[in-house]
Amino acid sequence: MATADDQFYREYILDHYKNPRNYGRLEHPDISHEEDNPLCGDVVGMDFRVSDGVIEDIRFHGRGCAISQASASLLTERLKGLPLEEAKKINKDDVLGELGIEISPARIKCALLSLKVLKVGAYGLADEDEE
Amino acid sequence: MAIQTFDVATIRKDFPIFETGIAYLDSANTSQRPRQVTGAMLEYFEKFNSNIHRAAYRIAEEATVRYEATREKVRAFINAASTKEIVYVRGTTEAINLVAYSWGRKNIKQGDLIVLTILDHHSNIVPWQILAAEKGAQIEYVDIDEKGELRQDQLAELLKRGPKLVAFNLVSNAMGTINPAREMVAAAKKAGATVLVDGAQSTPHQPVDVRALGCDFYAFSGHKMLGPTGAGILYGRRELLEAMDPFMAGGDMIKTVRIEGTTYHDLPWKFEAGTQAIAEVIGLGAAVDYLGGLGMDAVRAHELEITEYAYESLSDIDGLTVYGPPPSRRAGVISFALEGIHPHDLATIADRDQVCLRAGHHCAMPLMTRLGIPATARASFYVYTQKDEIDRLVTSIKEAQRIFA
Repeated sequence: MATADDQFYREYILDHYKNPRNYGRLEHPDISHEEDNPLCGDVVGMDFRVSDGVIEDIRFHGRGCAISQASASLLTERLKGLPLEEAKKINKDDVLGELGIEISPARIKCALLSLKVLKVGAYGLADEDEE
Repeated sequence: MAIQTFDVATIRKDFPIFETGIAYLDSANTSQRPRQVTGAMLEYFEKFNSNIHRAAYRIAEEATVRYEATREKVRAFINAASTKEIVYVRGTTEAINLVAYSWGRKNIKQGDLIVLTILDHHSNIVPWQILAAEKGAQIEYVDIDEKGELRQDQLAELLKRGPKLVAFNLVSNAMGTINPAREMVAAAKKAGATVLVDGAQSTPHQPVDVRALGCDFYAFSGHKMLGPTGAGILYGRRELLEAMDPFMAGGDMIKTVRIEGTTYHDLPWKFEAGTQAIAEVIGLGAAVDYLGGLGMDAVRAHELEITEYAYESLSDIDGLTVYGPPPSRRAGVISFALEGIHPHDLATIADRDQVCLRAGHHCAMPLMTRLGIPATARASFYVYTQKDEIDRLVTSIKEAQRIFA
């Protein structure tokens, strides 16, 4: 049982949860957006500074479970320095792949909350379901 | 008189699901069902499956008799005066919606006051919000004190304003608080209010006597008391039900239908339109029989013992906060938070050990907001819960603390 847990909460996911990268707020961001998952109370918000179509700087804030917060931290690492056009191509499989663990249907909303922030906030896509 | 007790190990043999090895700590959400319940439903499907109230052949008569037999069982179980006061619904949610629609639309007017509590489940909040918005009525919520118990002083103040309706749960699903329902109903009735008691979390776990309680409406679900989903009960005092219009309209709830107009069926069928959840109602009857066999005083005594054990076991864990009152004033529900570990992460880790634990806002978002937390983990118990399952929960919690250390 312990090994299964350890596998689920892999060391680097716990690391991103406990020591989130790019955590905080940007002053005068070009884009700022927040989403929540009312079912479990997870919140993720992101601030973007965009210059010449490139995400020059990014910060995220929020609270919630390890999966939602680690997922947001991992996503900011990937987004920093990326052209917005490239960022638009990131999909749910990329995000789940990066987490690298099997996510149960009950937790999929936790894992994809940060992607929703990116989609709705950074390029104005309507709130779309995971499927 | 000493309370008759029962042997949990024997009871568990009636619940095949425990052969899977799960520790089931989510009975406030939905209970497990014994063979006696599933067996009664299966018997209907295999031996007299047919529609009720309308066919002349023998198996349909059998189905009708079994379906109607549940009404008398439920009447006796909650000590209602008549089976006319026992309306079949899908569950507590439908029962409250029925009252909000059929009683509320006739009786709540602009400027009227509705009193609810911060402990209420969404199903006892949202129907009233919709009604209040439609009618221009007002809603006030009784707050809790530091111990998680309703502020009776605040209720008394609100009652001075002459509310039309007071609605509250007898037991909080989110914290387990047992509210002093008898006193609250008496005070509300004295103030001239109609009173609805949400019995979803009390009916499965303690003796209920609606006449002693004195409320006008009492709602509960079968699936939290060993019965199947899809069958629940609305109790209503006869004169109130008589004066109400139907909720759903269609077949079976009428006496005569003519192009010029329709006359409605007698109570309780006036509120039971369309083909009913026949197997589920029969299953609910079997569940009432099962609980009656155990004795509701014995059920409460067993749950109190488990709750005290769990309360002590959990309180011993560093970084764990239990919400709500001490075991003597709570039902078999313990909501708690772990420092640094989100309830969903705990529930996922517990699930790896086959421990079924609820995590979330428990359909009580106003209460979560009041407590300043997004969610809690919740363990809840029933007739089949044994101490070993609490020990397994404690092991899972310690495992989560090790992983997140």
